[in-house]
Parts: sequence; structure tokens; C-alpha cells
Amino acid sequence: MAEADQPAVQRHRRRARIFGWTWRETQGFLFVLPWLFGFAIFIAGPFFFSFFVSLTQWRFIGDLKWLGLENYVRLLSADDQRFVQAVYNTTYYVVFHVPGVLIISFIIAGLLNRKVRGIAIYRTCFYLPSITTGVATAVLWYWVLQPNGLLNNFINIFLAPFGARGPNWLGSTTWAMPGLIIMSFWTVGTTMIIFLAGFQGIPQHLYEAAEIDGAGWWGKVRNVTIPLMTPQIFLTSVIGVIGSFQVFTAALIITEGGPADATLFVLLHLYQIGFTAFNMGYASAIAWVLFLIILFFTIVQFISAKRWVYYEGVRA
Amino acid sequence: MQRLARISFQTSGGSTTQRTLFAYVRMALGQTFGYSALLLVAVISLLPLAWMISTSLKAFGREFLFPPQWIPNPVVFGNYITAFETSNLARYFGNTLMIAVLATLGTVLSSSLVAFGFARLEFFGKRVLFVILLSTLMLPGIVTLVPTFVLFKTLGWIDTPLPLIVPWWFGGGAFGGAFFVFLIRQFMLQLPRELDEAALVDGASYFRIYWRIMLPLSKPALAASAIFSFIHHWNDFLNPLIFLNSEEWRTLALYLRFFLYTEAGGGAGLTRWNLMMAASVVMLLPVLVIFFSAQRYFIRGVALTGIAGR
Repeated sequence: MAEADQPAVQRHRRRARIFGWTWRETQGFLFVLPWLFGFAIFIAGPFFFSFFVSLTQWRFIGDLKWLGLENYVRLLSADDQRFVQAVYNTTYYVVFHVPGVLIISFIIAGLLNRKVRGIAIYRTCFYLPSITTGVATAVLWYWVLQPNGLLNNFINIFLAPFGARGPNWLGSTTWAMPGLIIMSFWTVGTTMIIFLAGFQGIPQHLYEAAEIDGAGWWGKVRNVTIPLMTPQIFLTSVIGVIGSFQVFTAALIITEGGPADATLFVLLHLYQIGFTAFNMGYASAIAWVLFLIILFFTIVQFISAKRWVYYEGVRA
Repeated sequence: MQRLARISFQTSGGSTTQRTLFAYVRMALGQTFGYSALLLVAVISLLPLAWMISTSLKAFGREFLFPPQWIPNPVVFGNYITAFETSNLARYFGNTLMIAVLATLGTVLSSSLVAFGFARLEFFGKRVLFVILLSTLMLPGIVTLVPTFVLFKTLGWIDTPLPLIVPWWFGGGAFGGAFFVFLIRQFMLQLPRELDEAALVDGASYFRIYWRIMLPLSKPALAASAIFSFIHHWNDFLNPLIFLNSEEWRTLALYLRFFLYTEAGGGAGLTRWNLMMAASVVMLLPVLVIFFSAQRYFIRGVALTGIAGR
């Protein structure tokens, strides 16, 4: 505690204590109280209630029937073919979306990190799609991914010499998922800006030292940039995995899970079961399985981080 | 020429001229490649948006012409009028605006209050509580979806905008709200402590310090939070989809989806793409205006939390 507020502290000490706390401590607690309330009502409470509901059969109207682990057994024994399909689809999406976003934003941020003229304009252009995410973007890409839409107009320029044409993205079980993944790459702006800020924090003298050691362009990227960027890479990949396992909007609007469940994501499956069939118990079980899957990947990332994430100043 | 001189100075010794020329050519090639790549990415970023605006001005039936027509002929501004006339677009716009503004107001006020508590005051369990706060950011929102629906249904809040607004008045208590507390706290930590310590000596209460000193000084962080929050609520789809069913409180995001399959959309295969795109432009416009007028807060907010995440 600084010397400056010594008198203030003394004055506070004279005041009454509440539950053994000083007035200062009580005030600190009061400031965060709104959050504690919100946390209890909207996060912690629902979190545990959700687990309880997942052990029952409950259609919201009518009685609650205790099932024990039956919902989970049904999910994990692959009795529910659509759930298995949904987990497969979601994993497919995550596996391509997360690394893709990381690599693309890394390259773009790297290009921007040179002494480029008009950097602000480029940054704006690249970030713009990210603020337009949501339904408008989904509708736009529904349009772009039509058989004679913008993407195929572009692709056909290159395919025409071979007599081929771009695929019917949304109508094909093979191409629907790649279509959605390509669409997701359009909104890499946030990651790109986090990376750009990271690049700008790398001290120039490290590059100079690497140059003296005879490192070329790739050597500098490999031995200076990437190691120093690992905290940002780690952060964005953790957030990316959590977010993309819950991908929903694009699939609901563009494909409605089709064709033939090729883009049925877990959250979409949950939505259909919970909010159109009102099977609350089963929907909660789906939520918990997805939660555990996400938790598993998050923990794996945190454990592996000890091996590859470099924090400057923390480790010599 | 200046650059050339500098390079030749750096690579002194040996066959200077040769290496200088080589370095210069290499640099020029690198620059050209860099700029072309940037330009290409910029075009890819903007093309779909340009396409959206272009399509919104096309006559019905001329949306899929090949080769693509970038400047519509004829230009049909009437699409926008039709989009407003054939639906309650103005009402949906108002609904969305009201929800986004009220939720944002709550977010900024309550998050800054909580952030101040975490940034400046000491109390029992502060560290643990802050870790809990941060870990809610890692918690997938999907787990609480069903119970919150049950909660709001019990309260009779379904089909009202309350579920989309009230949780945001609890300082990060809403799902994902912890982000704003974190952002503002990070900013407050950077402010000099001498200011509030001096105020404390002068006898100011902590609330007064928060309201009169910290809040005005945290304007950049508050602005960033307000912008993020507004855009989040403006674009939000999942929550309105679950909590709002009636036409009365329909938001723009919901409307766009209904439009795609019903109403003036004409059903599958017959979608009125020009009207659809006009409605999309209407939805995007406020977000674009805010983005362009407050860009620096935006970028700063991303950078602040991004770096602080280490």
C-alpha cells in the first residue's frame, strides 16, 4: 500500500467492520456485486440446472421424468445417428477452420507489418467483413455460393480451360462443408488485428541480431517471429476452438443442416431437439457432451502450451 | 536513390556494387509482391460487400446475369422502397436499435463498475473471483441455453426484449459479458494510481472516484466496449431466435432469415435476391457507419485485450 493514502486508511479503520471486513473491503465487494448476482443467476445457476435437466426427460410442459444417465448412454452409444454425424461435421469444420484462420491472419498481418503505405486503409478493408458477421453475412454468402454465384464466377475463370465448372456448393454433400469453411475465412479480421498488434510488439533488435547471425527471411520468421508470437497464437486458437465448436448461424440460415445432414452441426442439432421439439432433457445432454468435448480440447491446449508457448521474461 | 545509398552503406566491403544492385532488385521485388498480395486480399475482402450493394440495386430477374454485371443497368433504387413497403422493416429496425442501445448502455455502466472494483479495490477473494470471471469466457454458452430459456419462460419474459437486455445490466454476468469487464479493467490498470489516491486523501468516496475520475479517464475503453457491444447485439441471431417468436419484437437478423424462406422472398428458388440484398444493406448500414466513425477505438480494443491475453 502506498504511503499517500495512509491517512485515508486510518480513517477507514475507525469505521465499523461488516462481517469482519473493513469498510474498504466491503466497498470493493459491493462494486463487483452486480457481476456476482448476474453470474449466479445467468451462468452458474443455469450451468448446474442444465446438468440436472440432462438426467431427465422433460418436454417443458408436464412432468419431469428421472432418467439417470440414459440420455448420455443414448448419445455415446451412437444410437442417435444424427448426433454422431453432427459431431463428425463439427469436428471437420473446426479442424479446417481454426488452423486456416490462424495461417491466413498470420500471413495478412505479416504483410501489413512491413513499412506499408496506407496501412490504415488496408487494415480497415481486412477488418470490415468481421464486423458484418451474422445473418447479413450468411445471407450474402448464400448468394455468393449459388451455382452461378460470385465464387463460381471467379473459379470458372480458372476452370474453364479444363472444361470444368465450379461445384454446386450448397447442393452437394461433398461441397457444402468446404463452402461454409471458405465463407468462415472471410472474417479473419479480429485474429488478424491481434496478430498485427503482436508483430508490432516484437523488438527490432532481435531481427537485427538474427540478421547478424546470417538468418534469411524464413530464418527470421521461424526463429524470431513465430516464437514471440506464440502467446497470441495460443490465445486465438483457444478462443477459436471454443467458438467454432458452437458454429450455428451460417448453417441454420444457409443450409439448414443439409443437404442430407452434411452440414448438421451439434448446436443446430441441439436447437432442433430443444427448441423445435422441446425435448429439453435430451438437448441438455447434447449441450453437456459438447461442453465436455470443448473442455477436453481446451485443457489439451493449455497443457501443450507449456511446451510451445513462449512468454518473454517468464522463461529464460 | 536514398534507399539505394543506405543499402550500399550497410553492405560495405567486398563487391559492393553487385550486392547493392542485387539487394535493391530483391527489395523491389519483395515490395511489389507485398503490395500485390495486400491488394488482392483487400479486393477479396470487399468484393462480396460490393456485390451485395450492386445486387440490391438490380432489377428483378437480372441478379444472376453472366458475366456478372457490377454496375446495374437499370439502377433500381426502388428496391429499397419496396423492401420497406412489403414488410415492417422500419419496425424491425427500431426493435433492433432499441435492444442494442439498452443492452449496450447496461453493459458499459455495469461492466465499468465491476471493472473498477477489480482494478482498484482490495477485498477478500478478489483473485479467485477474477479467475472465475475470466473462466466464464471459456465456458461455451451452449450449456446454459436450455436453462436460461426455462428461466425466462418462468418469468414470462419470452416474446419480450427483456431476456436480450436485462442480463447485460449485471456487469459481465451475461454470457460473454466478462469480456467487457476484462477490457475496461485492463485499461484502468494503466491509469496512474496517484489520481485516485490523491482523491482518497481529499476525502472522496470510492464511488465518487469511479464516477468522477476513472470513468472520464477510461473513455477509450468505454467507447471500445460500447462499439463491440452494440455490434454484437445488432448482429445477434441465436438469442433473438430463441427468446422472440412473435412478429411484434422481431429483429432485423430474424427478419432476414424469415425473408429468405417466406414472405416477399417468394420461397425456395424464387428468392427476390435484389430485395433480400437491399434489406441486408439496411441492416449493415448502421454497423458500417459506427465502424468508420470510431475505428481507432475498435482496433485499440482488439489490441488491448489481445495482448493482455498472454
